[in-house]
Order: sequence, then C-alpha cells, then structure tokens
Amino acid sequence: MHELSLCDDLLGQVLALGRQHQARSIVGITVHVGGLSGVEPMLLATAFEICRVGTLAEQARLVLEPIPVRVHCNHCGIESETPNNHLQCPVCQSPDTDMVSGDELILARVELDTACV
Amino acid sequence: MCNTCGCSITPGNRPLVLAEKPRDGVSTVTVLKNLSSKNDRQAEHNRAHFDRHGVLVVNLMSSPGSGKTALLEATIKRLAGSLKIAVIEGDLETENDARRIQALGVTAFQITTGTACHLDAHLVHNALHQMDLTNLDVLFIENVGNLVCPASFDLGHHRNVILLSVTEGDDKPAKYPVMFRAADLMLISKTDLLPYLDDFSPNRAQQSLRNLASKAPVLELSAHQPQNLDVWINWLHDALKTHRRQLANHQTQRPAIARDDVLLHGEASLRLRPVMPESTRP
Ligand SMILES: Nc1nc2c(ncn2[C@@H]2O[C@H](COP(=O)(O)OP(=O)(O)OP(=O)(O)O)[C@@H](O)[C@H]2O)c(=O)[nH]1
Ligand SMILES: [Mg+2]
Ligand SMILES: [Zn+2]
Ligand SMILES: [Zn+2]
Ligand SMILES: [Zn+2]
Repeated sequence: MHELSLCDDLLGQVLALGRQHQARSIVGITVHVGGLSGVEPMLLATAFEICRVGTLAEQARLVLEPIPVRVHCNHCGIESETPNNHLQCPVCQSPDTDMVSGDELILARVELDTACV
Repeated sequence: MCNTCGCSITPGNRPLVLAEKPRDGVSTVTVLKNLSSKNDRQAEHNRAHFDRHGVLVVNLMSSPGSGKTALLEATIKRLAGSLKIAVIEGDLETENDARRIQALGVTAFQITTGTACHLDAHLVHNALHQMDLTNLDVLFIENVGNLVCPASFDLGHHRNVILLSVTEGDDKPAKYPVMFRAADLMLISKTDLLPYLDDFSPNRAQQSLRNLASKAPVLELSAHQPQNLDVWINWLHDALKTHRRQLANHQTQRPAIARDDVLLHGEASLRLRPVMPESTRP
C-alpha cells in the first residue's frame, strides 16, 4: 500500500534506462506483481497515471502482469500454484512449503522508442 | 489516508490530483523520488545504528486497539530491573501512548505521522537520533494501528511481532496475508476475554497463520493477567540472546518482511523499438 512511492521508484529506473539508451520516449513498461507483494495493481496503475505526466514515459503503456503464488512442497517435492492465504501443498496437504514466487515486484520489460535523432 | 500510499486516490478525486501535477514534470519527479527503495537504504542505516549499540529492536504491529500499548506497559513492569527498555510510539495523532509509557519511568519518543498510516525508516531515523541508545537492551517500536501498510516498510528493526486480539476474529491472517506472513511471532492478546466470546478459537487463529506457510511461534497472553506473561518474557530474553550472539559474529537479524528488501529487482529485459523518423513515415 505504498504504490505512489513505488511507482516513483519504478519510473526512476525506467527513465534512467531511457536516458542511457537515448530514447525519444518510453513506449511500454511491464511489471510483474506477485499476489503477496503487498501491492495493489489498480493503485499502482493509478499512481502511474499521475507520476508519468511530463516525463519520457508520458505515453507509455504500463502492463501489470499478475504473478500467482507458487509453493514448493518439502514433503512430496511437487510445486503448485496456491491461493494467497492457503500456502499448504494442495497435493499432499503438507504445511511444510516454501514460496517460490508470488511476493515479487519486478520490472520485467521496458520498450523504448530509439528512433535515430 | 496516506500520502505515500496512493490509497487516498479514488476514481472520484483522481482528475483533481492529475490536474494539480505540473506539466513540466521534471522537477516534480525529483521531489517524489525518495520513497521506497530509499526507505530500504535508510532502514539498513538505522539497523547499523542499532547494532552498534547492541540493542534489539522489535516492531509491534496490529489493528488499532489490539493492546500494543497495554502489552508494553505490562512488559515494562515485568522487566523492571532486568532489561533496559525504550519505546518509539507511532500514532496519527496524540502523544497519549508515549505518556502512558513515560509514566512508568521509561524513555518513550512519540512520532505523530499526521496523515501517514504507517511508520517508515526516515521517521524512525529522526527519532533514534533524539534518543540515547547506550546501555539499552530492547527498543520497542509500536507501529501505527493498521494491518496493511506497516508490513511493507522496513524500519531497520530486527523482529516483527504481530498482535491479534480475541475480539477481532480468528480469520485475520487469511484476510491480511501480507501482514501476517511478516510475523516473527504472533501474539493472541486479550485472552482474559475468551470466556465471553463464543466464536474465537486460538487454534483456528493459529491454523489461519499456518495456512500462510508461516512457522512463526504463536503465544497467548493477556496484558491484564501479568502472571501469564512468562512465555512472552522468555521469548524476549531468547530473542535478545540470539541477537547478541549474532552481533558477536558480526551478523545482524532482519525481520520476516514480505519482500527481502528487494524492490523492483531482477534484470529488466530491454526491447528497443525501431521507429521510423517522422519524415519517412508513409
Ligand atoms: N480485557 C483486556 N483489555 C485489554 C487488554 N489489552 C488492552 N486492552 C484494552 O484494549 C484497549 C486498547 O488497548 P491499547 O493498549 O491502547 O491498544 P493499542 O493497540 O495500543 O491501540 P492503538 O495504539 O490505538 O492502535 C484499552 O481499552 C485496553 O484497556 C487485555 O489484555 N485484556
Ligand atoms: Mg497504542
Ligand atoms: Zn506436497
Ligand atoms: Zn495507506
Ligand atoms: Zn543516522
């Protein structure tokens, strides 16, 4: 629930990439948002609309890809997708699991418009 | 609600917020840019301060009114003479909680956050430089009563303790998984009220936490029954012992925060999109 500040971090990284590659504009940004990241995709999208104004990313398309929670079972060894609040192994019901994905917030892809100047 | 959150931006007020932002965004972007990953850097700096003084820092989180301050009062009375305690209190308004602690002869620093519904590492840093950390054993940080935002902010502390009072319902971990997964210890509080509540089951509360694949210990206590605080007091002594051992090995401890201080990590894959110059476009 600190989407506005996160979005600012995100934009900072994206704009740095844009400058580094002398982009004319940022065309697309893809972020992976885990179900247990503590980040609400709707709020992040809204925050982005505010933060991007007047930047290289003003016209950028923000794609938020939800990442489901996946756990590895230490009992039967099987990896499965689970709901956010039910992380036991759905196969053998063991509570001894480790999360392999679902709490991440990752800047996955940036599309830059780098037309010759 | 909260300025750093975005939780105050609703579909209703969004056009206004948007209109307020100046079009020459450059300077504005610079202003906004000092929040979350900066929070994590600040948190590491705070932890270094704490570790230099050998103090164990425990972050107490819960819904409003679950009994954080009452537990601190009871704990201070029990530890008088054995451990040296100080407290940082976080509240939106009032210095009431700090006054309650000070009344017991213990140093308490009140942070009033105004609009922010959580503490962050900068607020805590500001407080810690106004406190004397020498000879302290345990510093408690009582976070703002809220089961959402505080889970996402590392303060530089070592342990997260989350209270769930028996009047809140035993399904809270299922409803707030991000918060409860951050627990190093869950305390079921106000157990003196259990006889009056027919639908709160400590077992179900614990099961609800286990459903999050959390191995954090669960203890039951009541601030109104100091004779039953032993398990909690023992946990504190153990945590301090573990912490001091770690420090002797030049290691520190980090709380079970949801994301291991990695924000927006991972390699971004770059796709460069060749766009034809305007003049040559068909
Ligand atoms: N019966 C009973 N009441 C308690 C217990 N602990 C706290 N209370 C009561 O619960 C109310 C809130 O307690 P606080 O200690 O102020 O709760 P808090 O979590 O610090 O509240 P905030 O700081 O406002 O979030 C007070 O009226 C306390 O007397 C307990 O163990 N048993
Ligand atoms: Mg309080
Ligand atoms: Zn299994
Ligand atoms: Zn908030
Ligand atoms: Zn400092």
